[in-house]
Amino acid sequence: MSSGGMSLSRLPEISARRRRTDKVMRASLLVGTVIALIPLVLIIYYLIYKGLGTWNKNFFTTDPNGNFFGNHGGIRSAIVGTLEIVCLATLIAVPAGIGVAVWLTEYGKQSWFASLVRYFVDVMTGVPSIVFGLFIYIVLVISHTGGSGFAAWKGALAVTLLMLPIVIRSAEVVLLLVPNNLREAALALGAPRWRVITRVVLPTSLSGLITGSLLAVARGMGETAPLLFTVSTAFVLTGNLNTQMNTLPVQIYNDIKSPEPSIVARAWGAALTLVALVLILNVIARLIARRSRLG
Amino acid sequence: MNPPEATSKEQTGEPTSAVDATPATPVSTPVPVARQPTSSSPVEKAGHAVDVKDLNAYYGGQHAIKNVTIKFPANEVTALIGPSGSGKSTVVRCINRMHEEIPGARAEGSITLDELDIYDPSVDVTAVRRLIGMVFQKPNPFPTMSIFDNVAAGLRLTGTRSKDLKELVHRSLQSVGLWDEVKDRLNEPGIGLSGGQQQRLCIARTVAIEPEVILMDEPASALDPISTLKIEELIDELKERYTIVIVTHNMQQAARVANSTVFMLDGEVIEHDETNKIFTNPSDERTERYVTGKFG
Repeated sequence: MSSGGMSLSRLPEISARRRRTDKVMRASLLVGTVIALIPLVLIIYYLIYKGLGTWNKNFFTTDPNGNFFGNHGGIRSAIVGTLEIVCLATLIAVPAGIGVAVWLTEYGKQSWFASLVRYFVDVMTGVPSIVFGLFIYIVLVISHTGGSGFAAWKGALAVTLLMLPIVIRSAEVVLLLVPNNLREAALALGAPRWRVITRVVLPTSLSGLITGSLLAVARGMGETAPLLFTVSTAFVLTGNLNTQMNTLPVQIYNDIKSPEPSIVARAWGAALTLVALVLILNVIARLIARRSRLG
Repeated sequence: MNPPEATSKEQTGEPTSAVDATPATPVSTPVPVARQPTSSSPVEKAGHAVDVKDLNAYYGGQHAIKNVTIKFPANEVTALIGPSGSGKSTVVRCINRMHEEIPGARAEGSITLDELDIYDPSVDVTAVRRLIGMVFQKPNPFPTMSIFDNVAAGLRLTGTRSKDLKELVHRSLQSVGLWDEVKDRLNEPGIGLSGGQQQRLCIARTVAIEPEVILMDEPASALDPISTLKIEELIDELKERYTIVIVTHNMQQAARVANSTVFMLDGEVIEHDETNKIFTNPSDERTERYVTGKFG
């Protein structure tokens, strides 16, 4: 301890080769990190550079009017439409997804059927979002189910399909983190299994469930492909879920193709708005997660 | 501290004369949930005996408990000792049917609480667990609940309505000697307590549902010596009202708290006798080698 020279001499010295390897590896990891960060920073920079100029009161309070010349209108209907569709999708996907996760962790466990469900959930996670849009298009849009072809609720269903596997997988991970001794403690008190779930398992994992769900919501919010064939597009603000509806991703998709520079600029503004919404959701999710860690 | 009394262990179900002290607090008689009232008149101190007969338990293909027969006399502390893997915990988990919660685990044989066959197909497993409470090795208060809610958890989890929840929580915390330590912070989280306090909180949680039997699976093995002593004193008090089965690796602990001791080895009962005899003059050579520290 005190005689540093003595004890050091008893240990083999670090060879020059090992020092060199260490330096090279550290440097290459740093370079990799920087390379990965460049596009992320550029995207944020470009969004703010191109989009922030369009943000004003009018931009958020008027609807697009379809005019090519003069005043094009803002993106109010797109923001509200996106929120409506995502809300409906969340109302379906989150309870259903958590329900599946509860079944997997508390009842299905390692049974063959549970493994099958897990497998299909994993497959669903990898399905491109346009496939969900096509599926809803073929099943619900072409058939004019509900009296109309394109409709907001059909888009919400497509987004639900997209969100479900994300909710299930994140919820299952969180539920598995609940220590088994808490379940045993509750069972040993004579609690029926459903009360163990509602009173112990779900409250213990609540913050994780909220975080996972919000991340799924953020993911669903930005998807264009499931909405293109299901909700189509519109200009006006509407609360009717059985009609076509304007949404942020589809408005961006349409505006960016325009030859008129001020309409393209509106696409950038809408994109920045979308990213801001997703960012807000992520921050909320993180705050909830942090609060639970401290508590 | 607690010299084993010469009681007739075989006469189960009868009020034992081993305990001569009067009950410290008036205890409301436990509500029989899944059983018919016993034929003998329910005297204040009438205890409840557990009778394990020809028990065989399995984990998948592994035969963990082999033809175990043990009588746990009412209002006594029975200790289960033996090396790791000898099946002590499994026996205890069979008594309140927690064994079957492990995937692939099953049990055969008969376990009766007085006259109630707890493995009878018509018996509600949750009712059995309300009559036979359990304290685990690691203190496991519910992390989302306050101290108060942890004690009340048993009632809320079983959907039992209590007229005076506050009084019940007070009485339960008092009976584990925790009331004075926590009375000013009942609304703080239960996991904020020290390990020893947490374990007494868990015992209070078990006591609050007024079981007839309390199973303790190494209740002090995760605790420091002072907390351990408190738990042991508590066990001594609790046996006036409950039949207690305690699994322990600590032979001094068994000698201190238990009226009788069971030595188990490889899933079998080697010897069951008065604690004093097990530790001073065991009949079986393997028991002697174990209690003298020659193996295990």
